[in-house]
Parts: sequence; structure tokens; C-alpha cells
Amino acid sequence: MSASGVALRSRGDAARDASGDLATARGAARPGLWLGGLAAGLVWLAAAAVIALPEDRIEVGRTQELALLAALLGGLLLLAGLAAAWSGRAGERLRPLGPWLAVLGLGLIGWELLTAKFALLPLPFFASPQGLLEVYLEDWPRLGESVLRSLWLLATGYALGAAAGFVAGVALGWSRAIGYWVHPVLRLIGPLPATAWLPVAFFVFPSSGSASTFLVALAAWFPVTVLTWSGVAGVNKAYYDIARTLGASQAFLVLKVAVPAALPQVFVGLFMGLGASFSVLVVAEMLGVKAGLGWYLQWAQGWAAYGNMYAALIVMALMCSGLTTLLFKSRDRLLAWQKGTVRW
Amino acid sequence: MVGATSRQELSAAGMALEIEGASQAFQLEGRPLPVLDDVSLTVRPGEFVALLGPSGCGKSTLLRLLAGLDAPVAGRVLGDGAPITAPDPSRVLVFQDPTLYPWRTVRANVALGLEARGLLRSHGHRIQEAIDLVGLTGFETAYPHQLSGGMSQRVALARALVNDPRLLLLDEPLGKLDSLTRLSMQAELVRLWQRSGLTALLVTHDVEEALVLAQRVIVFSPRPARITAELVVDRPYPRHRDDPHLVALRREALGLLGLAD
Repeated sequence: MSASGVALRSRGDAARDASGDLATARGAARPGLWLGGLAAGLVWLAAAAVIALPEDRIEVGRTQELALLAALLGGLLLLAGLAAAWSGRAGERLRPLGPWLAVLGLGLIGWELLTAKFALLPLPFFASPQGLLEVYLEDWPRLGESVLRSLWLLATGYALGAAAGFVAGVALGWSRAIGYWVHPVLRLIGPLPATAWLPVAFFVFPSSGSASTFLVALAAWFPVTVLTWSGVAGVNKAYYDIARTLGASQAFLVLKVAVPAALPQVFVGLFMGLGASFSVLVVAEMLGVKAGLGWYLQWAQGWAAYGNMYAALIVMALMCSGLTTLLFKSRDRLLAWQKGTVRW
Repeated sequence: MVGATSRQELSAAGMALEIEGASQAFQLEGRPLPVLDDVSLTVRPGEFVALLGPSGCGKSTLLRLLAGLDAPVAGRVLGDGAPITAPDPSRVLVFQDPTLYPWRTVRANVALGLEARGLLRSHGHRIQEAIDLVGLTGFETAYPHQLSGGMSQRVALARALVNDPRLLLLDEPLGKLDSLTRLSMQAELVRLWQRSGLTALLVTHDVEEALVLAQRVIVFSPRPARITAELVVDRPYPRHRDDPHLVALRREALGLLGLAD
């Protein structure tokens, strides 16, 4: 009897919990206002006012355009904050960004005051926000071409290096004979920074383009090789026994057992390789290739055009984090089976 | 108990085994370490034999010889009269650890043997049959990390059975399960074996498990493993642990292992 009483009570609790969940779920799905968005919108409107109203101490064009952009963003955020109830899934996605958007607006105000309005930071070394905007608006053909050239060099070099590293890693982990010959070479040459090969590469390869592709590939190759190798070598031996008793061929053991089992490690190598090849890319472009973001940085510094340099740095940061995000997404897709077992 | 139709549905018949004077040794720090010493054993087709002995005595080594994963340093191992030299899907091994591939779903794990031999298209229907047989219907798309120990071991069993084996080599497959799951899995193993008619060899260090499951219990000495006795368990299935005949055999077996009080 007491047992049934407990059961009854717990059932009632469960019902109440469920209705509570329902209410909060409904509240989350149809919020009246997005307070974070409203706050961020107000900050950006304030930033627009700070940019537009006081006189610039240091005259750089584009002040009104920047103010207009800030006001536009602020207005949109205010609108999104007010219309949160009708914004659907896009609004849900935007929601967690609220605090960051507000802080970015505050940062812009501080930056604007320090540079353009009060000229507290020494000039050629620091650029004002409107200075950056001017670079983007006026030098975009050259900057855009640099981005495309860098992306192409990175894509070809990284793809070649990663593919070669993957194959080399699997071969090293699989074959004792290959391991015997390649392992010492890898040990000796692998840890050298790829940029140290710069003079040799530019001498050996017919063009500076192919030389930098090689260097970028080399930078990606080493970590991918080492981690693929350790992944393949670390595969549980019982996996092979199982597959062999079930009639698996050598090719099946490599492609369907060793490779998928090593894939988490391979991705660690791919992440490390991406970072390494990116830094080599910039150095190679600075020293040999007369194109790309590295070259643009070098050129801007040569002319003491620090505004251009900061503009290129921002583009570079966005490009790098974009590529990393892309890699994360493909890893999550390929390694969905890991969800819940391994956390990054 | 054993229906003619259900027999046909799985396997043709069990495999006959002959082990003639098999010895095996491993190299350990440069010195040979004998693990099997002149073991001779004959198993009839369709028989359920348990290999009982202390942990680490070399019983698993014998199973690896029968699976074709290793070759003996002396003696011969024959399956249906032919020497066993390489692994073959007609002889499947189930380990103490389920060793499922964590990147494959239950269905893809069970499909492994068919996929490896390129039989997915012609024999694909057997996958669902094997999953149903071990009672995992509805878990086809689950990943191994979502399964309990008992469920994982069932998947390992299904992965073995889908190949239509004639010899089932069980290397302490229930060793790591909790005692309740263990009991139910023991009963299921007996049912599976009865339905399929295949030859089963079970390595265990659990006296009771050997007596409840097997028709014959081979008792091994500590390493290097040598056959010290053979107990015939002539009782009908399903067996009960408190059967006086089994209790007497249990005492005898414990005495042979040097554990009688």
C-alpha cells in the first residue's frame, strides 16, 4: 500500500515536472524579447554616435561610412531583439552571441576614442577603425587577390601534404620493412621547421610557386604522418584477429580496420598540420612568392601602411579560423560514433 | 528440443576436431616459455566441450591454434581431417572482450564477416536473423558505446554466427559479465548450440559454468597446460546447478584443480 502511495506521488511529481518543462520549453521557443540583442543594439548605436558626432582629431576619410555601418548593425540588433518571438531558428542561433556582440561594440567605442578621437596611440603604428574601413573599401582588389592566392597555395599544399602523410603513416604503421627505412628519416628530418628548407626549396624547384607548395605540404606532412602512424600502430590487435577469423583479406584489414580505428588520431594530425602549414605559408609568401597575404603583410610594412597590415591580419585570422571550423565539422561528421566517448 | 527445421536454418553440421600431440611455446625475454605440452584431444561433430583450468594455463592458446591464428611448434591440429593452417570463417572465435568495432553500428559489426568475404549482397538477410537470434532486435543502429556488457557480448556472438560457422570457439565469453547476465547468457548459449548443431569449445575457469554447459569437461594442469582428467557430464539440458550429479562432479573437478577442502 505504501508502495502504491509512493508510485502515485512520484507519478504526480512527474506530471508536474513535465508541465513545468513544457512551460519553460514554450518560454524558450517563443520569447517576447531578446534582451542581449537589445543591449548589443544600443551599444552599437552608441558606437555610431561616438564615431559620427565628435570631430576626428586625426583626419581619415570614411568616418561617416563607419558610423553608418555601426548604426545599421545596431538597428538590426534592436530589431532582432524586439522581434525575437518571430525570428525562428535563425534567432535561436543568434541568441548566445548577444554578450559578445555587445562587448565588440564596446571595444569599437574604446578603439575609436583612443585613435581617431583623442589620438592617444602613436600614429603610424596604430590604425583607427575608419582607417581599416578605408583599406577594405579602397584596396579590396589587391587584398582579395592576396586572399585567393593564399587560399590556393594553402589548399594545394595542405591537400598534397595531408594525403602523402596519411599514406606514409598507414604504410609505416602497417609494414615493418617500410618502417625500417622511413622511420629514421622521419626522426631526423621531420622535426626541422619547414621554413628552414626555404633556400633549398627555392633553389631546387623551378618556380617559387612550386617551392612554396612543397614547403606548405612538408609542414602538413610531418604531423599527419606521425599521428596516422601512431594511430595505426596503436590499433587493438584483437580487432585484426577478429577480422582474420572472419575471412578478411589484407586490404580489408588496412582499409576497414586499421584506417577507421586510427581516424581519431589522423584528425589530430590534420589539425596540427593545418596550423603548421599556415605559418609556413605566410613565411614562404613573405620571402619568395610575390603574392598572397604574407606578401601583402610584407608590402604594407614596407610602406609603413599599418592600417593595411591590420586589415590583412584580420582577414588572415578569419580565414584560419574558418578553415579550422571546416575541419571540425568534417571530423564531427566522420567520427559521429565517438560522440559521448571522447570529448575535445 | 532440437527441431529439424531450425537446424537447417543455421548450419549444416558441426566440425570434427583432432588435436594430436600439440605443443606451443612463446619466446619471453629470449627464453622459450612452454604453454601447451603434448595435448591430444578428439571432439565429435556437434559436441559441446569445455576446457577447464586455472587462469593463464594456456587454454586460450589451444583455441588460437584451432582458429588458425597461430601454428603449433609440435604436433598437428586437424579440422574434419584437414590440417588447420589459416583462419577460416567456418571456425569463429568469441573473445572475453566483445572487441566490437566502435566505429560501426550493431548491424555493421554483425555484417563484418559477410562484408570481408564479399557476401553482403547474397547473404545480407542473415544479418537481421543473427541479430534477432541473440535478442537484439531494435538495437541495429546503436553504437557499441551505447550498449551494456551483456548486449555487447551478444553482438559479438551474432557477429560470429552470421558466418554460418561449424565450429564455435568461446574464450571465456562470459568472464566479464555480472552474475545475473551470466546466468541468462549461459542458458542462451545452450539453446543456440542445440538449435544450430555446431561444435562448441568453451574455455573457462568457472567449474560450474563448464558443468552446466558442456557434455564433456577437459581439465588442464597449470602452465604448461597438460590434460589431467576428463569428466563426462551425462545430464539432459536444461541443467540445474543443484542437480546432485553436478554437485558431485563439481567436487571432483575442484579436487582435480587442487582446490578441494
